[in-house]
Amino acid sequence: MDQKISKKKLWGVIGASSVGTLIEWYDFYIFGSLATIIATKFFPIDNPTAGFLSTLATFAAGFVVRPFGALFFGRLGDLIGRKYTFMVTLLIMGFSTFAIGLIPGYETIGFFAPILVLLLRLLQGLALGGEYGGAATYVAEHAEPGKRGLRTSWIQTTATAGLFISLFVILAVKHSMTKESFEDWGWRVPFLISIVMVGVSYFIRKNMDESPMFQKAKDEGKTVANPLKESFGKKLNFKFVLLALFGAAMGQGVVWYTGQFYALSFLQKVCNIEFDQTNYIIAIALMAGTGFFVFFGWLSDKIGRKPIILAGMLIAILSYRSIYDKMYATSDVSNKEEIAAKTIIKTETVVDAKTQQAFFVTKTTKSYKDGTTFNEEKKVKVNAASTDVPMIKQSILVGSTSFWTLIALVFVQVIFVTMVYGPIAAFLVELFPTAIRYTSMSLPYHIGNGIFGGLLPVVASSLAIKASLANQAAKVAGKALPYDKPYLEGLWYPIIIGGISFAIGLIYINGKDKNIND
Amino acid sequence: MDFLRRILGIIWISIGLWAGYYLVISQAIPKFESSAPEDMVPAIIYTFILAPIIVGGMFVFGWYAIKGEYNQK
Repeated sequence: MDQKISKKKLWGVIGASSVGTLIEWYDFYIFGSLATIIATKFFPIDNPTAGFLSTLATFAAGFVVRPFGALFFGRLGDLIGRKYTFMVTLLIMGFSTFAIGLIPGYETIGFFAPILVLLLRLLQGLALGGEYGGAATYVAEHAEPGKRGLRTSWIQTTATAGLFISLFVILAVKHSMTKESFEDWGWRVPFLISIVMVGVSYFIRKNMDESPMFQKAKDEGKTVANPLKESFGKKLNFKFVLLALFGAAMGQGVVWYTGQFYALSFLQKVCNIEFDQTNYIIAIALMAGTGFFVFFGWLSDKIGRKPIILAGMLIAILSYRSIYDKMYATSDVSNKEEIAAKTIIKTETVVDAKTQQAFFVTKTTKSYKDGTTFNEEKKVKVNAASTDVPMIKQSILVGSTSFWTLIALVFVQVIFVTMVYGPIAAFLVELFPTAIRYTSMSLPYHIGNGIFGGLLPVVASSLAIKASLANQAAKVAGKALPYDKPYLEGLWYPIIIGGISFAIGLIYINGKDKNIND
Repeated sequence: MDFLRRILGIIWISIGLWAGYYLVISQAIPKFESSAPEDMVPAIIYTFILAPIIVGGMFVFGWYAIKGEYNQK
Protein backbone atom coordinates (compact mmCIF):
# COMPACT_ATOMS: atom_id res chain seq x y z
CA MET A 1 0.00 0.00 0.00
CA ASP A 2 1.24 3.44 -0.86
CA GLN A 3 -0.16 5.28 2.12
CA LYS A 4 0.75 3.95 5.51
CA ILE A 5 -2.23 3.82 7.83
CA SER A 6 -1.80 4.61 11.52
CA LYS A 7 -2.55 1.91 14.08
CA LYS A 8 -5.28 4.09 15.59
CA LYS A 9 -7.00 4.54 12.25
CA LEU A 10 -6.66 0.85 11.46
CA TRP A 11 -8.35 -0.12 14.74
CA GLY A 12 -11.05 2.43 13.95
CA VAL A 13 -11.60 0.70 10.60
CA ILE A 14 -11.69 -2.75 12.21
CA GLY A 15 -13.98 -1.55 15.01
CA ALA A 16 -16.45 0.26 12.75
CA SER A 17 -16.61 -2.63 10.30
CA SER A 18 -16.86 -5.34 12.95
CA VAL A 19 -19.52 -3.63 15.08
CA GLY A 20 -21.75 -3.03 12.04
CA THR A 21 -21.34 -6.61 10.82
CA LEU A 22 -21.98 -7.93 14.33
CA ILE A 23 -25.24 -5.99 14.50
CA GLU A 24 -26.29 -7.34 11.12
CA TRP A 25 -25.68 -10.91 12.33
CA TYR A 26 -27.58 -10.13 15.54
CA ASP A 27 -30.52 -8.84 13.48
CA PHE A 28 -30.42 -11.90 11.28
CA TYR A 29 -30.24 -14.42 14.13
CA ILE A 30 -33.00 -13.05 16.37
CA PHE A 31 -35.55 -13.98 13.73
CA GLY A 32 -34.28 -17.59 13.75
CA SER A 33 -34.05 -17.76 17.54
CA LEU A 34 -37.61 -16.44 17.94
CA ALA A 35 -38.99 -18.44 15.00
CA THR A 36 -41.41 -20.43 17.17
CA ILE A 37 -43.06 -17.33 18.64
CA ILE A 38 -43.02 -15.49 15.30
CA ALA A 39 -44.80 -18.47 13.73
CA THR A 40 -47.62 -18.28 16.26
CA LYS A 41 -48.04 -14.51 15.76
CA PHE A 42 -47.75 -14.31 11.97
CA PHE A 43 -48.06 -17.80 10.52
CA PRO A 44 -50.95 -19.73 12.10
CA ILE A 45 -50.36 -23.47 11.74
CA ASP A 46 -53.96 -24.25 10.86
CA ASN A 47 -53.62 -22.13 7.70
CA PRO A 48 -51.64 -23.96 4.97
CA THR A 49 -50.83 -20.81 2.97
CA ALA A 50 -49.45 -19.10 6.05
CA GLY A 51 -47.47 -22.28 6.75
CA PHE A 52 -46.01 -22.10 3.24
CA LEU A 53 -45.05 -18.44 3.75
CA SER A 54 -43.45 -19.37 7.06
CA THR A 55 -41.23 -22.00 5.44
CA LEU A 56 -40.44 -19.56 2.65
CA ALA A 57 -39.43 -16.91 5.20
CA THR A 58 -37.09 -19.38 6.87
CA PHE A 59 -35.47 -20.82 3.78
CA ALA A 60 -35.72 -18.31 0.98
CA ALA A 61 -34.85 -15.25 2.99
CA GLY A 62 -32.40 -16.88 5.34
CA PHE A 63 -30.36 -18.68 2.77
CA VAL A 64 -31.31 -18.37 -0.86
CA VAL A 65 -31.58 -14.59 -1.08
CA ARG A 66 -28.12 -14.01 0.39
CA PRO A 67 -26.21 -14.80 -2.84
CA PHE A 68 -28.49 -12.34 -4.67
CA GLY A 69 -27.62 -9.72 -2.08
CA ALA A 70 -23.96 -10.57 -2.66
CA LEU A 71 -24.36 -9.95 -6.39
CA PHE A 72 -26.41 -6.78 -6.06
CA PHE A 73 -24.38 -5.06 -3.36
CA GLY A 74 -21.08 -6.57 -4.50
CA ARG A 75 -21.58 -4.88 -7.86
CA LEU A 76 -22.43 -1.58 -6.15
CA GLY A 77 -19.39 -1.90 -3.90
CA ASP A 78 -17.10 -2.37 -6.88
CA LEU A 79 -18.72 0.53 -8.71
CA ILE A 80 -19.32 3.24 -6.12
CA GLY A 81 -17.20 2.10 -3.20
CA ARG A 82 -17.08 -0.20 -0.21
CA LYS A 83 -17.96 2.37 2.45
CA TYR A 84 -21.24 3.63 0.97
CA THR A 85 -22.40 0.16 0.05
CA PHE A 86 -21.95 -1.41 3.45
CA MET A 87 -23.61 1.61 5.06
CA VAL A 88 -26.65 0.99 2.86
CA THR A 89 -26.76 -2.69 3.83
CA LEU A 90 -26.54 -1.73 7.51
CA LEU A 91 -29.49 0.65 7.19
CA ILE A 92 -31.61 -1.84 5.24
CA MET A 93 -30.95 -4.51 7.85
CA GLY A 94 -31.70 -2.15 10.75
CA PHE A 95 -34.89 -0.86 9.19
CA SER A 96 -36.15 -4.38 8.35
CA THR A 97 -35.43 -5.71 11.83
CA PHE A 98 -37.06 -2.75 13.56
CA ALA A 99 -40.10 -3.00 11.28
CA ILE A 100 -40.58 -6.73 12.05
CA GLY A 101 -40.92 -5.70 15.69
CA LEU A 102 -43.74 -3.30 14.78
CA ILE A 103 -45.94 -5.47 12.54
CA PRO A 104 -49.35 -6.27 14.05
CA GLY A 105 -50.14 -9.98 14.30
CA TYR A 106 -52.16 -12.17 11.94
CA GLU A 107 -55.21 -11.81 14.15
CA THR A 108 -55.17 -8.01 13.61
CA ILE A 109 -54.28 -7.50 9.94
CA GLY A 110 -54.74 -11.00 8.51
CA PHE A 111 -52.59 -12.01 5.54
CA PHE A 112 -50.76 -8.69 5.41
CA ALA A 113 -48.89 -9.82 8.52
CA PRO A 114 -47.10 -12.90 7.07
CA ILE A 115 -46.55 -11.14 3.73
CA LEU A 116 -44.93 -8.11 5.41
CA VAL A 117 -42.77 -10.38 7.58
CA LEU A 118 -41.69 -12.34 4.52
CA LEU A 119 -40.78 -9.17 2.59
CA LEU A 120 -38.81 -7.76 5.51
CA ARG A 121 -37.04 -11.09 5.99
CA LEU A 122 -36.11 -11.04 2.30
CA LEU A 123 -34.64 -7.56 2.78
CA GLN A 124 -32.67 -8.89 5.77
CA GLY A 125 -31.24 -11.69 3.60
CA LEU A 126 -30.31 -9.25 0.82
CA ALA A 127 -28.64 -6.87 3.26
CA LEU A 128 -26.63 -9.66 4.91
CA GLY A 129 -25.54 -10.84 1.46
CA GLY A 130 -24.04 -7.43 0.79
CA GLU A 131 -22.65 -6.64 4.22
CA TYR A 132 -20.05 -9.30 4.85
CA GLY A 133 -18.09 -8.96 1.62
CA GLY A 134 -17.98 -5.20 2.08
CA ALA A 135 -16.70 -5.35 5.63
CA ALA A 136 -14.11 -8.05 4.87
CA THR A 137 -12.87 -6.23 1.76
CA TYR A 138 -12.80 -2.86 3.52
CA VAL A 139 -10.69 -4.18 6.40
CA ALA A 140 -8.40 -6.25 4.16
CA GLU A 141 -7.73 -3.25 1.93
CA HIS A 142 -6.65 -1.23 4.97
CA ALA A 143 -4.54 -4.00 6.54
CA GLU A 144 -0.74 -4.03 6.45
CA PRO A 145 0.82 -6.70 4.22
CA GLY A 146 1.43 -9.88 6.21
CA LYS A 147 -1.34 -9.08 8.72
CA ARG A 148 -4.48 -9.43 6.65
CA GLY A 149 -5.40 -12.72 8.34
CA LEU A 150 -5.14 -11.14 11.77
CA ARG A 151 -7.00 -7.94 10.83
CA THR A 152 -9.86 -9.60 8.96
CA SER A 153 -10.26 -12.24 11.68
CA TRP A 154 -12.07 -9.59 13.75
CA ILE A 155 -14.77 -9.53 11.09
CA GLN A 156 -14.88 -13.33 11.40
CA THR A 157 -15.69 -13.15 15.11
CA THR A 158 -18.84 -11.14 14.40
CA ALA A 159 -21.02 -13.99 13.13
CA THR A 160 -20.46 -16.02 16.29
CA ALA A 161 -20.60 -12.97 18.55
CA GLY A 162 -23.84 -11.91 16.84
CA LEU A 163 -25.39 -15.29 17.61
CA PHE A 164 -24.10 -15.12 21.17
CA ILE A 165 -25.52 -11.60 21.72
CA SER A 166 -28.86 -12.57 20.17
CA LEU A 167 -29.14 -15.52 22.59
CA PHE A 168 -28.10 -13.27 25.49
CA VAL A 169 -30.60 -10.49 24.65
CA ILE A 170 -33.45 -12.97 24.15
CA LEU A 171 -32.73 -14.76 27.44
CA ALA A 172 -32.34 -11.42 29.28
CA VAL A 173 -35.64 -10.04 27.94
CA LYS A 174 -37.38 -13.37 28.58
CA HIS A 175 -36.23 -13.53 32.20
CA SER A 176 -37.10 -9.89 32.88
CA MET A 177 -40.85 -10.52 32.45
CA THR A 178 -43.48 -13.22 32.78
CA LYS A 179 -43.77 -15.96 30.16
CA GLU A 180 -47.15 -14.54 29.08
CA SER A 181 -45.80 -10.99 28.65
CA PHE A 182 -42.86 -12.28 26.62
CA GLU A 183 -45.12 -14.27 24.33
CA ASP A 184 -47.59 -11.38 24.08
CA TRP A 185 -45.28 -8.41 23.36
CA GLY A 186 -41.85 -9.02 24.95
CA TRP A 187 -40.52 -10.92 21.91
CA ARG A 188 -40.69 -7.62 19.98
CA VAL A 189 -38.08 -5.98 22.23
CA PRO A 190 -34.98 -7.67 20.68
CA PHE A 191 -36.19 -6.45 17.25
CA LEU A 192 -36.91 -2.92 18.39
CA ILE A 193 -33.63 -2.32 20.23
CA SER A 194 -31.79 -3.15 17.03
CA ILE A 195 -32.55 0.37 15.73
CA VAL A 196 -30.45 1.89 18.53
CA MET A 197 -27.50 -0.37 17.75
CA VAL A 198 -27.79 0.28 14.03
CA GLY A 199 -28.01 4.04 14.62
CA VAL A 200 -24.81 4.04 16.68
CA SER A 201 -23.01 1.89 14.12
CA TYR A 202 -24.19 4.10 11.26
CA PHE A 203 -22.72 7.22 12.84
CA ILE A 204 -19.42 5.44 13.52
CA ARG A 205 -19.20 4.22 9.93
CA LYS A 206 -20.30 7.54 8.48
CA ASN A 207 -17.04 9.16 9.51
CA MET A 208 -14.83 6.51 7.96
CA ASP A 209 -12.90 7.09 4.72
CA GLU A 210 -13.20 5.02 1.59
CA SER A 211 -10.83 2.04 1.29
CA PRO A 212 -7.44 3.38 0.10
CA MET A 213 -7.05 0.64 -2.51
CA PHE A 214 -10.47 1.25 -4.00
CA GLN A 215 -9.93 5.03 -3.91
CA LYS A 216 -6.60 4.61 -5.70
CA ALA A 217 -8.16 2.33 -8.32
CA LYS A 218 -10.97 4.83 -8.81
CA ASP A 219 -8.62 7.80 -9.07
CA GLU A 220 -6.53 5.97 -11.63
CA GLY A 221 -9.63 4.92 -13.60
CA LYS A 222 -8.96 1.25 -12.89
CA THR A 223 -12.46 0.33 -11.71
CA VAL A 224 -14.59 -1.64 -14.15
CA ALA A 225 -17.92 -0.61 -15.67
CA ASN A 226 -19.53 -4.03 -15.25
CA PRO A 227 -18.12 -5.98 -12.28
CA LEU A 228 -20.59 -8.86 -12.77
CA LYS A 229 -19.47 -9.45 -16.36
CA GLU A 230 -15.84 -9.09 -15.33
CA SER A 231 -16.18 -11.53 -12.40
CA PHE A 232 -18.34 -14.22 -13.94
CA GLY A 233 -18.03 -13.66 -17.68
CA LYS A 234 -14.25 -13.94 -17.87
CA LYS A 235 -12.65 -17.33 -17.42
CA LEU A 236 -9.59 -15.82 -15.74
CA ASN A 237 -11.72 -14.65 -12.78
CA PHE A 238 -14.60 -17.11 -12.92
CA LYS A 239 -12.33 -20.12 -12.46
CA PHE A 240 -11.22 -18.63 -9.14
CA VAL A 241 -14.82 -17.95 -8.12
CA LEU A 242 -15.51 -21.68 -8.64
CA LEU A 243 -12.33 -22.68 -6.83
CA ALA A 244 -13.19 -20.40 -3.89
CA LEU A 245 -16.65 -21.95 -3.71
CA PHE A 246 -15.87 -25.65 -4.11
CA GLY A 247 -12.38 -25.71 -2.60
CA ALA A 248 -13.04 -23.58 0.47
CA ALA A 249 -16.37 -21.82 1.11
CA MET A 250 -18.53 -24.93 0.59
CA GLY A 251 -16.59 -27.00 3.15
CA GLN A 252 -16.21 -24.05 5.50
CA GLY A 253 -19.98 -23.45 5.32
CA VAL A 254 -20.94 -26.97 6.36
CA VAL A 255 -18.36 -27.07 9.16
CA TRP A 256 -19.66 -23.74 10.47
CA TYR A 257 -23.32 -24.72 10.34
CA THR A 258 -22.65 -28.13 11.90
CA GLY A 259 -20.67 -26.64 14.78
CA GLN A 260 -23.11 -23.85 15.61
CA PHE A 261 -26.57 -24.67 14.34
CA TYR A 262 -26.79 -28.42 13.87
CA ALA A 263 -25.27 -28.86 17.34
CA LEU A 264 -28.05 -26.66 18.76
CA SER A 265 -30.77 -28.49 16.88
CA PHE A 266 -29.30 -31.91 17.78
CA LEU A 267 -29.25 -31.05 21.50
CA GLN A 268 -32.83 -29.79 21.40
CA LYS A 269 -34.54 -32.20 19.04
CA VAL A 270 -32.54 -35.44 19.25
CA CYS A 271 -31.18 -35.29 22.79
CA ASN A 272 -34.37 -33.52 24.06
CA ILE A 273 -32.39 -31.16 26.26
CA GLU A 274 -34.46 -28.33 27.67
CA PHE A 275 -34.53 -25.04 25.61
CA ASP A 276 -32.77 -22.69 28.04
CA GLN A 277 -30.12 -25.23 28.98
CA THR A 278 -29.33 -25.88 25.31
CA ASN A 279 -28.88 -22.16 24.73
CA TYR A 280 -26.55 -21.92 27.74
CA ILE A 281 -24.46 -24.83 26.43
CA ILE A 282 -24.09 -23.19 23.01
CA ALA A 283 -23.54 -19.69 24.41
CA ILE A 284 -20.77 -20.79 26.82
CA ALA A 285 -19.02 -22.85 24.13
CA LEU A 286 -19.20 -19.92 21.69
CA MET A 287 -17.90 -17.47 24.25
CA ALA A 288 -14.98 -19.74 25.09
CA GLY A 289 -14.15 -20.35 21.42
CA THR A 290 -14.54 -16.88 19.88
CA GLY A 291 -10.97 -15.78 20.62
CA PHE A 292 -9.70 -18.60 18.41
CA PHE A 293 -10.98 -16.82 15.29
CA VAL A 294 -8.35 -14.19 15.92
CA PHE A 295 -5.73 -16.80 16.82
CA PHE A 296 -6.21 -18.76 13.58
CA GLY A 297 -6.41 -15.53 11.57
CA TRP A 298 -3.05 -14.53 13.06
CA LEU A 299 -1.62 -18.04 12.52
CA SER A 300 -2.71 -17.96 8.86
CA ASP A 301 -0.43 -14.93 8.36
CA LYS A 302 2.46 -17.07 9.60
CA ILE A 303 1.86 -20.46 7.97
CA GLY A 304 -0.72 -19.72 5.24
CA ARG A 305 -4.51 -19.85 4.97
CA LYS A 306 -4.71 -23.18 3.16
CA PRO A 307 -3.19 -25.50 5.81
CA ILE A 308 -5.39 -24.13 8.59
CA ILE A 309 -8.65 -24.14 6.64
CA LEU A 310 -8.05 -27.63 5.27
CA ALA A 311 -6.85 -29.04 8.60
CA GLY A 312 -10.03 -27.70 10.24
CA MET A 313 -12.17 -29.33 7.57
CA LEU A 314 -10.36 -32.67 7.77
CA ILE A 315 -10.35 -32.95 11.56
CA ALA A 316 -14.03 -31.93 11.65
CA ILE A 317 -15.25 -34.49 9.13
CA LEU A 318 -13.18 -37.27 10.73
CA SER A 319 -14.47 -36.58 14.24
CA TYR A 320 -18.13 -35.56 13.79
CA ARG A 321 -19.60 -39.03 14.25
CA SER A 322 -17.66 -39.67 17.47
CA ILE A 323 -18.52 -36.24 18.87
CA TYR A 324 -22.25 -36.54 18.15
CA ASP A 325 -22.32 -40.11 19.43
CA LYS A 326 -20.78 -38.89 22.68
CA MET A 327 -23.30 -35.99 22.85
CA TYR A 328 -26.14 -38.48 22.47
CA ALA A 329 -24.69 -40.87 25.07
CA THR A 330 -24.11 -38.00 27.55
CA SER A 331 -27.76 -36.97 27.48
CA ASP A 332 -29.24 -40.48 27.17
CA VAL A 333 -31.01 -41.21 30.47
CA SER A 334 -30.77 -44.97 29.91
CA ASN A 335 -27.03 -44.57 30.67
CA LYS A 336 -27.79 -42.90 34.00
CA GLU A 337 -28.66 -44.32 37.41
CA GLU A 338 -32.25 -43.47 38.36
CA ILE A 339 -33.36 -42.55 41.88
CA ALA A 340 -36.58 -44.57 41.85
CA ALA A 341 -37.89 -43.02 45.09
CA LYS A 342 -37.97 -39.57 43.43
CA THR A 343 -40.10 -40.60 40.46
CA ILE A 344 -43.36 -38.65 40.25
CA ILE A 345 -46.22 -39.67 37.95
CA LYS A 346 -49.40 -37.58 37.75
CA THR A 347 -52.39 -38.15 35.50
CA GLU A 348 -55.16 -35.61 34.96
CA THR A 349 -57.92 -34.90 32.47
CA VAL A 350 -57.58 -31.68 30.51
CA VAL A 351 -60.06 -30.12 28.08
CA ASP A 352 -58.66 -28.14 25.16
CA ALA A 353 -60.30 -24.69 25.29
CA LYS A 354 -60.35 -24.27 21.49
CA THR A 355 -61.53 -27.71 20.35
CA GLN A 356 -63.31 -28.85 23.54
CA GLN A 357 -61.52 -32.18 23.12
CA ALA A 358 -60.73 -33.95 26.41
CA PHE A 359 -57.31 -35.52 26.97
CA PHE A 360 -55.69 -37.75 29.59
CA VAL A 361 -52.39 -36.04 30.41
CA THR A 362 -49.74 -38.07 32.20
CA LYS A 363 -46.76 -36.13 33.55
CA THR A 364 -43.73 -38.12 34.60
CA THR A 365 -40.66 -36.71 36.34
CA LYS A 366 -37.62 -38.90 36.93
CA SER A 367 -34.46 -37.95 38.78
CA TYR A 368 -30.98 -39.43 38.34
CA LYS A 369 -27.96 -39.69 40.61
CA ASP A 370 -25.87 -37.30 38.47
CA GLY A 371 -28.44 -34.52 38.95
CA THR A 372 -30.26 -35.05 35.65
CA THR A 373 -34.04 -34.61 35.55
CA PHE A 374 -36.27 -36.17 32.90
CA ASN A 375 -39.76 -34.81 32.20
CA GLU A 376 -42.34 -36.40 29.97
CA GLU A 377 -45.86 -35.26 29.10
CA LYS A 378 -48.03 -37.85 27.40
CA LYS A 379 -51.35 -36.66 25.97
CA VAL A 380 -53.96 -39.19 24.84
CA LYS A 381 -57.49 -38.36 23.64
CA VAL A 382 -60.25 -39.55 25.94
CA ASN A 383 -61.96 -42.39 24.02
CA ALA A 384 -58.97 -42.56 21.66
CA ALA A 385 -59.02 -45.19 18.94
CA SER A 386 -56.36 -47.90 19.16
CA THR A 387 -54.67 -46.40 16.08
CA ASP A 388 -54.35 -42.91 17.63
CA VAL A 389 -50.75 -42.05 18.42
CA PRO A 390 -50.24 -40.32 21.80
CA MET A 391 -48.58 -36.88 21.76
CA ILE A 392 -45.38 -37.08 23.76
CA LYS A 393 -43.18 -34.17 24.84
CA GLN A 394 -39.90 -34.97 26.55
CA SER A 395 -37.30 -32.68 28.01
CA ILE A 396 -34.11 -33.39 29.88
CA LEU A 397 -32.27 -31.09 32.25
CA VAL A 398 -28.82 -32.65 32.48
CA GLY A 399 -26.74 -32.65 35.66
CA SER A 400 -23.58 -30.61 36.12
CA THR A 401 -21.05 -33.18 34.80
CA SER A 402 -23.10 -33.87 31.66
CA PHE A 403 -23.67 -30.12 31.19
CA TRP A 404 -19.93 -29.38 31.12
CA THR A 405 -19.23 -32.45 29.00
CA LEU A 406 -21.70 -31.17 26.41
CA ILE A 407 -20.13 -27.70 26.53
CA ALA A 408 -16.72 -29.30 25.89
CA LEU A 409 -18.11 -31.29 22.93
CA VAL A 410 -19.67 -28.17 21.38
CA PHE A 411 -16.51 -26.17 22.16
CA VAL A 412 -14.42 -28.64 20.13
CA GLN A 413 -16.75 -28.06 17.20
CA VAL A 414 -16.45 -24.29 17.66
CA ILE A 415 -12.67 -24.71 17.39
CA PHE A 416 -13.16 -26.44 14.03
CA VAL A 417 -15.35 -23.50 13.02
CA THR A 418 -12.65 -21.02 14.02
CA MET A 419 -10.04 -22.96 11.99
CA VAL A 420 -12.06 -22.91 8.78
CA TYR A 421 -13.71 -19.53 9.28
CA GLY A 422 -10.97 -17.43 10.93
CA PRO A 423 -8.73 -17.16 7.84
CA ILE A 424 -11.43 -17.38 5.12
CA ALA A 425 -11.95 -13.63 4.63
CA ALA A 426 -8.26 -13.05 4.01
CA PHE A 427 -8.16 -16.09 1.72
CA LEU A 428 -11.10 -14.84 -0.37
CA VAL A 429 -9.97 -11.22 -0.72
CA GLU A 430 -6.54 -12.37 -1.83
CA LEU A 431 -7.98 -14.35 -4.73
CA PHE A 432 -9.40 -11.35 -6.60
CA PRO A 433 -8.24 -7.94 -7.89
CA THR A 434 -9.53 -4.67 -6.36
CA ALA A 435 -11.85 -3.82 -9.27
CA ILE A 436 -14.02 -6.91 -8.77
CA ARG A 437 -13.11 -8.02 -5.25
CA TYR A 438 -16.38 -7.18 -3.49
CA THR A 439 -18.50 -8.96 -6.12
CA SER A 440 -16.20 -11.94 -6.64
CA MET A 441 -15.59 -12.83 -3.00
CA SER A 442 -19.16 -12.25 -1.82
CA LEU A 443 -20.81 -14.76 -4.14
CA PRO A 444 -18.81 -17.91 -3.25
CA TYR A 445 -18.97 -16.95 0.42
CA HIS A 446 -22.75 -16.66 0.44
CA ILE A 447 -23.37 -19.73 -1.72
CA GLY A 448 -21.00 -21.73 0.50
CA ASN A 449 -22.50 -20.49 3.74
CA GLY A 450 -26.05 -19.54 2.82
CA ILE A 451 -26.90 -22.44 0.56
CA PHE A 452 -24.55 -25.35 1.34
CA GLY A 453 -24.37 -24.41 5.04
CA GLY A 454 -27.88 -23.01 5.41
CA LEU A 455 -29.55 -26.10 4.02
CA LEU A 456 -27.60 -28.36 6.38
CA PRO A 457 -30.25 -28.60 9.12
CA VAL A 458 -32.95 -29.58 6.59
CA VAL A 459 -30.87 -32.09 4.63
CA ALA A 460 -29.28 -33.58 7.75
CA SER A 461 -32.64 -33.91 9.54
CA SER A 462 -34.15 -35.49 6.43
CA LEU A 463 -31.34 -38.11 6.32
CA ALA A 464 -31.76 -38.88 10.03
CA ILE A 465 -35.56 -39.21 9.72
CA LYS A 466 -35.17 -41.47 6.67
CA ALA A 467 -32.84 -43.75 8.66
CA SER A 468 -35.24 -43.85 11.64
CA LEU A 469 -38.16 -44.75 9.35
CA ALA A 470 -36.12 -47.50 7.68
CA ASN A 471 -35.33 -48.92 11.12
CA GLN A 472 -38.99 -48.78 12.14
CA ALA A 473 -40.04 -50.56 8.93
CA ALA A 474 -37.39 -53.25 9.44
CA LYS A 475 -38.54 -53.74 13.02
CA VAL A 476 -42.17 -54.21 11.92
CA ALA A 477 -41.05 -56.66 9.22
CA GLY A 478 -38.92 -58.56 11.75
CA LYS A 479 -35.72 -57.86 9.80
CA ALA A 480 -32.34 -56.72 11.05
CA LEU A 481 -32.12 -52.95 11.58
CA PRO A 482 -30.32 -51.30 8.63
CA TYR A 483 -28.90 -48.44 10.75
CA ASP A 484 -27.04 -48.97 14.00
CA LYS A 485 -27.31 -45.31 15.04
CA PRO A 486 -29.90 -43.52 12.89
CA TYR A 487 -29.43 -40.25 14.78
CA LEU A 488 -25.92 -39.97 13.29
CA GLU A 489 -27.01 -40.40 9.67
CA GLY A 490 -27.58 -36.65 9.17
CA LEU A 491 -23.87 -36.10 9.60
CA TRP A 492 -23.16 -37.66 6.22
CA TYR A 493 -24.15 -34.35 4.62
CA PRO A 494 -21.35 -32.25 6.19
CA ILE A 495 -18.95 -35.20 5.96
CA ILE A 496 -19.46 -35.71 2.21
CA ILE A 497 -19.63 -32.00 1.29
CA GLY A 498 -16.67 -31.24 3.56
CA GLY A 499 -14.74 -34.20 2.12
CA ILE A 500 -15.22 -33.04 -1.49
CA SER A 501 -14.28 -29.49 -0.58
CA PHE A 502 -11.18 -30.72 1.27
CA ALA A 503 -10.05 -32.77 -1.75
CA ILE A 504 -10.58 -29.87 -4.17
CA GLY A 505 -8.86 -27.40 -1.84
CA LEU A 506 -5.91 -29.72 -1.28
CA ILE A 507 -5.33 -30.44 -4.95
CA TYR A 508 -6.16 -27.15 -6.64
CA ILE A 509 -5.54 -24.25 -4.24
CA ASN A 510 -2.16 -22.65 -4.52
CA GLY A 511 -1.20 -22.11 -0.89
CA LYS A 512 1.10 -19.16 -1.52
CA ASP A 513 0.04 -15.85 0.04
CA LYS A 514 -0.94 -13.26 -2.54
CA ASN A 515 -0.37 -9.54 -2.79
CA ILE A 516 -3.72 -7.81 -2.92
CA ASN A 517 -2.18 -4.50 -3.92
CA ASP A 518 -2.41 -5.80 -7.48
CA MET B 1 0.40 -33.16 -10.02
CA ASP B 2 -0.96 -31.14 -12.95
CA PHE B 3 -1.86 -34.42 -14.67
CA LEU B 4 -3.85 -35.46 -11.58
CA ARG B 5 -5.57 -32.04 -11.53
CA ARG B 6 -6.70 -32.56 -15.12
CA ILE B 7 -7.80 -36.19 -14.75
CA LEU B 8 -9.82 -35.47 -11.61
CA GLY B 9 -11.93 -33.07 -13.68
CA ILE B 10 -13.90 -36.13 -14.81
CA ILE B 11 -14.64 -36.98 -11.16
CA TRP B 12 -15.93 -33.46 -10.40
CA ILE B 13 -18.23 -33.54 -13.43
CA SER B 14 -19.49 -36.99 -12.39
CA ILE B 15 -20.10 -35.86 -8.80
CA GLY B 16 -22.06 -32.85 -10.08
CA LEU B 17 -24.25 -35.03 -12.28
CA TRP B 18 -24.82 -37.59 -9.52
CA ALA B 19 -25.70 -34.82 -7.02
CA GLY B 20 -28.17 -33.31 -9.50
CA TYR B 21 -29.82 -36.69 -10.02
CA TYR B 22 -29.98 -37.32 -6.27
CA LEU B 23 -31.39 -33.89 -5.46
CA VAL B 24 -34.05 -33.83 -8.14
CA ILE B 25 -35.05 -37.51 -8.50
CA SER B 26 -34.57 -38.79 -4.94
CA GLN B 27 -35.31 -35.65 -2.93
CA ALA B 28 -37.33 -33.04 -4.83
CA ILE B 29 -39.80 -35.17 -6.82
CA PRO B 30 -41.14 -37.09 -3.77
CA LYS B 31 -41.54 -33.72 -2.02
CA PHE B 32 -43.37 -32.23 -5.01
CA GLU B 33 -45.68 -35.27 -4.96
CA SER B 34 -46.42 -34.89 -1.24
CA SER B 35 -49.29 -32.57 -0.42
CA ALA B 36 -47.54 -31.00 2.60
CA PRO B 37 -46.93 -27.27 2.00
CA GLU B 38 -43.71 -27.32 4.02
CA ASP B 39 -42.25 -29.81 1.51
CA MET B 40 -42.80 -27.49 -1.44
CA VAL B 41 -40.16 -24.90 -0.51
CA PRO B 42 -37.28 -27.39 -0.07
CA ALA B 43 -38.37 -29.13 -3.32
CA ILE B 44 -38.27 -25.81 -5.20
CA ILE B 45 -34.91 -24.92 -3.66
CA TYR B 46 -33.39 -28.33 -4.50
CA THR B 47 -34.64 -28.19 -8.09
CA PHE B 48 -34.14 -24.57 -9.04
CA ILE B 49 -31.31 -23.38 -6.79
CA LEU B 50 -29.14 -26.17 -5.36
CA ALA B 51 -29.15 -28.60 -8.31
CA PRO B 52 -28.25 -25.94 -10.93
CA ILE B 53 -25.45 -24.59 -8.73
CA ILE B 54 -23.97 -28.03 -8.09
CA VAL B 55 -24.48 -29.51 -11.55
CA GLY B 56 -23.53 -26.35 -13.45
CA GLY B 57 -20.77 -25.31 -11.08
CA MET B 58 -19.12 -28.73 -10.82
CA PHE B 59 -19.42 -29.24 -14.57
CA VAL B 60 -17.65 -25.97 -15.39
CA PHE B 61 -15.11 -26.53 -12.60
CA GLY B 62 -14.39 -30.06 -13.86
CA TRP B 63 -14.20 -28.83 -17.44
CA TYR B 64 -11.71 -26.10 -16.51
CA ALA B 65 -9.70 -28.72 -14.61
CA ILE B 66 -9.60 -31.04 -17.66
CA LYS B 67 -8.52 -28.13 -19.85
CA GLY B 68 -5.61 -27.44 -17.49
CA GLU B 69 -6.90 -24.06 -16.24
CA TYR B 70 -5.83 -24.92 -12.69
CA ASN B 71 -2.39 -26.21 -13.61
CA GLN B 72 0.29 -24.55 -11.56
CA LYS B 73 3.28 -25.02 -13.88
